[in-house]
Amino acid sequence: MNRINQKMQEDKKLLSIYFTAGYPSLNDTVKVIQDLEANGIDMIEIGLPFSDPLADGPTIQNSSTAALKNGMTTNILFEQLKDIRKSVSIPLILMGYFNPMLQYGVEAFCKKCAEIGIDGLIMPDLPLDVYQDEYEAIFKKYDLKNIFLITPQTSDARILQIDAASDAFIYMVSTASVTGSKSGFGEEQTTYFNRIAAMNLKNPQIVGFGINNSSTFKQATTHAKGAIIGSAFIKHLTEHGVATIPEFVKEIR
Amino acid sequence: MNYNATEKGYYGEFGGAYIPEMLYPNVEELRQNYLKVMVEPDFKKEFDQLLKDYVGRPSPLYFAKRLSEKYNTKVYLKREDLNHTGAHKVNNTIGQILMAKRLKKTRIIAETGAGQHGVATATVCALMGMKCVVYMGEIDIARQAPNVARMKMLGAEVRPALSGSRTLKDATNEAIRDWINNPVDTHYIIGSAIGPHPYPDMVTRFQSIISEEIKWQLKEKEGRENPDYVVACIGGGSNAAGTYYHFLHEPEVGIIAVEAAGKGVNSGESAATSALGKEGVIHGCKTLLMQTNDGQITEPYSISAGLDYPGVGPLHAHLYTSGRGEFYSATDDEAMNSGLELTQLEGIIPAIETSHALAIFKHKTFKPDDVVVISLSGRGDKDLDNYIKYFNL
Ligand SMILES: Cc1ncc(COP(=O)(O)O)c(C=O)c1O
Repeated sequence: MNRINQKMQEDKKLLSIYFTAGYPSLNDTVKVIQDLEANGIDMIEIGLPFSDPLADGPTIQNSSTAALKNGMTTNILFEQLKDIRKSVSIPLILMGYFNPMLQYGVEAFCKKCAEIGIDGLIMPDLPLDVYQDEYEAIFKKYDLKNIFLITPQTSDARILQIDAASDAFIYMVSTASVTGSKSGFGEEQTTYFNRIAAMNLKNPQIVGFGINNSSTFKQATTHAKGAIIGSAFIKHLTEHGVATIPEFVKEIR
Repeated sequence: MNYNATEKGYYGEFGGAYIPEMLYPNVEELRQNYLKVMVEPDFKKEFDQLLKDYVGRPSPLYFAKRLSEKYNTKVYLKREDLNHTGAHKVNNTIGQILMAKRLKKTRIIAETGAGQHGVATATVCALMGMKCVVYMGEIDIARQAPNVARMKMLGAEVRPALSGSRTLKDATNEAIRDWINNPVDTHYIIGSAIGPHPYPDMVTRFQSIISEEIKWQLKEKEGRENPDYVVACIGGGSNAAGTYYHFLHEPEVGIIAVEAAGKGVNSGESAATSALGKEGVIHGCKTLLMQTNDGQITEPYSISAGLDYPGVGPLHAHLYTSGRGEFYSATDDEAMNSGLELTQLEGIIPAIETSHALAIFKHKTFKPDDVVVISLSGRGDKDLDNYIKYFNL
């Protein structure tokens, strides 16, 4: 069974971390992944940096720019990760924008991910219909789960469509914003979280965007299966360095 | 061959809507409504009226006698520079502000390079009493100061884009991020034939008034609707799309595009996308794109802020790869000299973007009886400082 599906069956609220590969230093990628697992993180989104990350706020933009300056490329990331399954067993998801994947070749990219032991992909700018028309068969061939996003503005009909097309979890964007914009959840989020919970979707939901401490983590996971922290973790790395990952995780739970 | 967008917004293999889910409700709302709204009699009436009484259309089709003599061919200039606000951009912003009103939006955002689209957007927002935020690269804010001042006077807020090359691409990124952050009340007026479907098609249709007029104007002057060539500069490709539109399916009309070569196509400082680009995804559409082997978008360069963009609209990518269009590129120097030449032969100071189209004569020789229509996309008032510096005037 795919590691993501297995993880979703565990009887706990999942804490997932996004970080940008090759940041703060080019060769930090593997160490960050190992340290996150050692500190009890359940799942990791490894960000493949992109020059023009449309859905990201300044924190992740800056980490992507820095990673590219450090020399990160698709090939280098695959090279860094080639032995990752010797030391890491939690689900690993690659998150990036579609153009680098397209240039690598969608099938070659998927094949490489499968060889490494990547379990899923999040490509925010690869929309559902293009995925289904052109790439779904390739993803399936390599048992890569494609993770789709929903937002407070996504209609029920569209959510049902996405639920039907998904087979791992649904990435619930907490608020109408790019990453790292808002912190703290209000009325709108409570309504949205309740609305999604009441839909009884077949896929579990993991909430992301705007989670930065233990209280937002708790709020996000009242109904949802877990939550993803991205910008707050990158900020922590920027300010305190890679050695302080244990402190960061302890703060959250 | 078909050169119009399919229902999903494809021109051949190019186009589509490669957008994050956060933008889906907005883009889908627009996709479902744009064609319906555009054919509503009320909409058409208001659009036509504003183009006539406010923009000053039809724009003249001017026979450039001295330029024609110099290059021994028949040159007509389609005078988009005479439009209110000084460029073709306003054709699209009038259309889109009316669209935004029909969709009950109350806040407008836009990106701008040369500032012409920003000014045209700020203008229609003033006209309609709508809130307006324009994103502009920090470099462009410096090189197009007169337009920044105009936008401010028109009541728009100009927000600098500080990332990447701090030019048009980065301003577009910031506008898209703003739209993600404001999904309910905001309409994004994209300024060129780029972006996710339906934008390239919608912008092309609003700009198609250019070729619609050329047809009857040329009929009056030459006794025929179709010229031998239509020529336009291409940044994202909106003036070109409008100039070509009604000739795309007329095989006897040659379609000529001029891109910005910057300091030379192979200098590493260029914006000649068709020569340097590969298929890729930028700002929500699949098109030709300047990028590294790894799929990172390359920072373009051109002296002209409006052409300083690493992609082209998907229609143009299709015209290039299908061979329907002839693509050339003009360097900074060729463009500047062509701009000065037009000024001194015809008494018309063109925008530096437009000067690239005029540089076609440095690359192609026409026959004496060819009728060549050039899109004079904008006037050069905004560029006086740059011309003065370049020529030490
Ligand atoms: C006068 C003028 N011409 C041309 C352009 C290039 O844009 P497009 O290729 O969309 O016509 C611009 C853009 O700012 C412009 O101001």
